Amino acid sequence: MLKAQNIIKTYTRGIEAVNAVNDISVSIDQGEFVTFMGPSGSGKTTLINILGCLDNPTKGNLTIARQPVFSEAKPLSERRLTQIRREHFGYIFQRFYLIPTLNVEENIMLPLTFYRKSGAGDALTLMKQLGIENRAHHLPGQLSGGEMQRVAIARALINDPSILLADEPTGNLDSHRSNEIGEILLGLNKKGLTIIMVTHNHELAKVGGRTLHLRDGKLVSVG
Amino acid sequence: MKIYQIAYKNLLRKKTRTLLTILGISLSAWVLVSLLGFNKGYEKALSRDIDQLGFQVLLTAKGCPYEAATLMLKGGTGLKYMDESILNQVEKYSDVKKLTAMIMHGVFDPNKGEAGGITAYLGIDPKTYPNLKQYVKFRQGTWFTGATLNEAVMGFEAAELEQREVGDHILVPGTQLELKVVGILKRTGSQDDGTIFVPKQFIQQNFNLQGKITGIGIQVKQNANLTSFEDQLYKLPDVQVVSLTQVKETIMNLVATARVLVLSIAIIAVLIAMLGVVNTILMSVFERFQEIGILKSMGAMPIDIFKMIWFETVFLCGVGGIIGNLLALGLSIVTDILIRQILPYSPSGRLVIIDGALALTTLLTIVGIGVISGLYPAWKAASIRPLESIRSEGA
Ligand SMILES: Nc1ncnc2c1ncn2[C@@H]1O[C@H](COP(=O)(O)OP(=O)(O)O)[C@@H](O)[C@H]1O
Ligand SMILES: [Mg+2]
Repeated sequence: MLKAQNIIKTYTRGIEAVNAVNDISVSIDQGEFVTFMGPSGSGKTTLINILGCLDNPTKGNLTIARQPVFSEAKPLSERRLTQIRREHFGYIFQRFYLIPTLNVEENIMLPLTFYRKSGAGDALTLMKQLGIENRAHHLPGQLSGGEMQRVAIARALINDPSILLADEPTGNLDSHRSNEIGEILLGLNKKGLTIIMVTHNHELAKVGGRTLHLRDGKLVSVG
Repeated sequence: MKIYQIAYKNLLRKKTRTLLTILGISLSAWVLVSLLGFNKGYEKALSRDIDQLGFQVLLTAKGCPYEAATLMLKGGTGLKYMDESILNQVEKYSDVKKLTAMIMHGVFDPNKGEAGGITAYLGIDPKTYPNLKQYVKFRQGTWFTGATLNEAVMGFEAAELEQREVGDHILVPGTQLELKVVGILKRTGSQDDGTIFVPKQFIQQNFNLQGKITGIGIQVKQNANLTSFEDQLYKLPDVQVVSLTQVKETIMNLVATARVLVLSIAIIAVLIAMLGVVNTILMSVFERFQEIGILKSMGAMPIDIFKMIWFETVFLCGVGGIIGNLLALGLSIVTDILIRQILPYSPSGRLVIIDGALALTTLLTIVGIGVISGLYPAWKAASIRPLESIRSEGA
């Protein structure tokens, strides 16, 4: 499904160059639930942003569904990246980034304003699936953190992505809400959604299949 | 949901800011549309005023003051006469449509004011003068009956000053001559108001001025070339030509100076309002930095974001422009009064004329400027990359 080879991302801070991601190769199959763990600053966000085509790598190759996306140091245009993202990815983040002026239903349907994939779902079904259908006409400000993340998940799923990227999806939630989100993600994965997640939460990491550990921009084996 | 709906809801987010921005544009649109309306209205009003005089060219004897006011200042002296026969010569010119002979006469009245003053009489031809002055309206009575020469038509102020009514008899100061008031004019705002009109022959006979006149009022044909016509008139011996078209041009020149100044202020006001719009929108773009990044991660193309922000700008300008136009329409009377304060000469009637075409032009101009000033913020927003906004998440 997704195959990354020798990904390097270099940031220069002043004269100092830092490899936030330092030569990582990883291959993720369709339907997998992969979790990345590691200390702060180890490069987790940088890595999944590249896997999710939110950013160009400095070096390395990436293929998605056998299509080459990044190949040796050839940055893609914002337009091209957007086209790839539209086709394959849904994203959720630690902060939910709901649009405060739009109600739950409008937030969920927002991606359809820009692009409607043929397999696009409908908001009501998703809201029911995530248990927020009675919140349809509420504004984000009126929701709890757990509800907001569910709205964000519904929004990420509306265009029927094949891969869901979740960067610390429970970072702002208590353990009870975190478990609920974990259940939801597991349920989605069982229905065939590929999930790539970053988390600090060991409980949540157990939900997924494979867990990979990062340190200083490299994958390390767990002993 | 459509992009414009998202944009519209964005504007509702900071209501006060949106309102203030719209207010700024409204005010500048108001100023702009009023001034353009004034441009249109003033010339019309001035032309109408001059049309009401009934003639565009006044022929007088060389060196003769042609204004009642001047006559009064000079103490009724200094009037120069020409021969009435000149009328026949002027009549032959092809550019002449109508003409009428007049004779002005001033009489010292010891009872006028504190130290006495001059009362001006204008001797007119009862046959031709009313024909030229078709705009004249009577408050009371009408033109001369023709039964006797001792009849008078009084201008509004002349009658009011002496509390005269139709049917009253007035005495010409310093003489035994008595005039019967047969008509009183409505206020015209011109020097007619202070004039006492009498039949031309009354002055000619009683003041020993047989065959003399002081002026000829000439109405020219619609398509006449005034310059060449005036040149022709100057060929007559010992005349001077007062062209009201020239007077009008002089006034228009004076007004044009004021207009340029005020128009520059209006344009500056519009520019300042536009800077306000750019500022508002840029601020809201920076505030929504993350949000815009998220929209992009959700599949929004740069062009979608561009459209969204652009729409916000154009919407602000459009609403502001419409409100400004309504303000201008609703308050055009107030504007009228304000403008009269600063003008060298204000004709009667409405000075500010705002019609649909003008309102639409102004609106389109404002929206057009909005379209242009929206480009930069929209481009700025469109170039936000999704990553930069998510980056700020930290570890
Ligand atoms: N835009 C950037 N410019 C410079 N350095 C960056 C940038 N983004 C991340 N880094 C650095 O790269 C390293 C990895 O960051 P990140 O991927 O956010 O780690 P994690 O998500 O694991 O906490 C950190 O040292 C961080 O400071
Ligand atoms: Mg991170």
